[in-house]
Amino acid sequence: MWNLAPRRRNRGNDMTASDYNFAYLDEQTKRMIRRAILKGVAIPGYQVPFASREMPMPYGWGTGGVQVSAACLTPEDTLKVIDQGADDTTNAVSIRKFFEKTAGVAVTEKTAEATIIQTRHRIPETSLTEGQILVYQVPIPEPLRFLEPSEVETRKMHALQDYGLMHVKLYEDISRHGEIATAYAYPVKVEGRYVMDPSPIPKFDNPKLESAALQLFGAGREQRIYAVPPHTKVVSLDFEDYPFDPSKAPHPCALCGAEDTYLDEVITDDQGGRMFVCSDTDYCAGRREDAA
Amino acid sequence: MTEQYLEGGFADPPRAAAHAFRAALQALSRPGRIETLSGATPPAPCSPAAGALLLTLCDGTTPVHLGPSHDTEALRGWITFHTGAPLVSAETAAFALGTWEALQPIHRFAIGTAEYPDRAATLIVEMPALSATGARLTGPGIETEARLCLPETAAFQQNRARFPLGFDCFFTSGDRVAGLPRSTRVEEV
Repeated sequence: MWNLAPRRRNRGNDMTASDYNFAYLDEQTKRMIRRAILKGVAIPGYQVPFASREMPMPYGWGTGGVQVSAACLTPEDTLKVIDQGADDTTNAVSIRKFFEKTAGVAVTEKTAEATIIQTRHRIPETSLTEGQILVYQVPIPEPLRFLEPSEVETRKMHALQDYGLMHVKLYEDISRHGEIATAYAYPVKVEGRYVMDPSPIPKFDNPKLESAALQLFGAGREQRIYAVPPHTKVVSLDFEDYPFDPSKAPHPCALCGAEDTYLDEVITDDQGGRMFVCSDTDYCAGRREDAA
Repeated sequence: MTEQYLEGGFADPPRAAAHAFRAALQALSRPGRIETLSGATPPAPCSPAAGALLLTLCDGTTPVHLGPSHDTEALRGWITFHTGAPLVSAETAAFALGTWEALQPIHRFAIGTAEYPDRAATLIVEMPALSATGARLTGPGIETEARLCLPETAAFQQNRARFPLGFDCFFTSGDRVAGLPRSTRVEEV
């Protein structure tokens, strides 16, 4: 008979770092992810297939980013996790706690102090530096997916550099709305070769894709990893007469007064009251501290 | 199997492999940058850096080719014991280890396919020394230009010409490693 007696009481509550392998994943899985990351770095913008694992969180909550972070973390790293620019949202807090527990790494909310930053849908306002790695959580890695549902076809299109369909889509935006209406997940061409989905960051962030930091992208459900090495050329697709415009809400931040940051619109009451505040909470708090 | 196969692995595999991977990642994402890679003590003639790369990246799913310079009984046994990687001919290898001369002719290695350019070999090239002098490197990962002592330039120019296909290289010497992905443009100076 199976021995069904519990081996230890409160097993769910007193798990410590030593009960897990370093950074949660087993070594064989990390080797597989690490090989995919290196090939991604060697072919900027190309989506490398990898055998994504089931993680202790649902798909759509950053399982791809978490696996890439787990493969990159060393015990000396300082980790920052943001969700739409904020350090204090559920997704960011739980991923940060996950790695505090399973990898024992230091965590921070300060962009400048972090060595690895996992992000959902934003690039921090503070310029990233050489020693940093930015890990993106990606829902749909294939930029052509909503134009062509077949993976067989989109793979062939990437192989042949057949990106006409994407330009038709942007042209149809212009003919319908008078401008390119794509406001997030704005497609880019990396190093003159692959068209890449920069994950659903606002197009305001697209110019920051040319960075001194290494940028890694992980899509867990779709099982793809891709990369933009430091100082790689990243061009947002546009037309000569309709150049790319990284627009933002025409307001200063209501808290710190910044006029050059990406803003969230916050509803403050049910009378139609609203305010615009920096989406990057660390940047906004830092500016207010400096002013005080 | 003799005892020497069993020695020389990572003392603390999860943490040592994490450090080794970060060094390899920095090296490949910043071509020309020389990083330190230690923790492994493979049998001669394999360098500690090359040994650490093998332990970090290779396992039963990655066929490894040993160039004549490194095809020794001791190293075969060490790789088999520590990684379980099958040892194969150049054409089917995911990883290859040897001096530049020993890996010739270089066109035998997998360069991927148009639809799957990632299915390409990674070459670990053992060098007598590594220095940031010599050929001029430009491309992804390099702000303006970098220098790296390469065994030659023509092969890497040909490799760049067929981008996104191509092989990727790590150069190792002692406990030092430098990376040269297929995306890097190489010029003789």
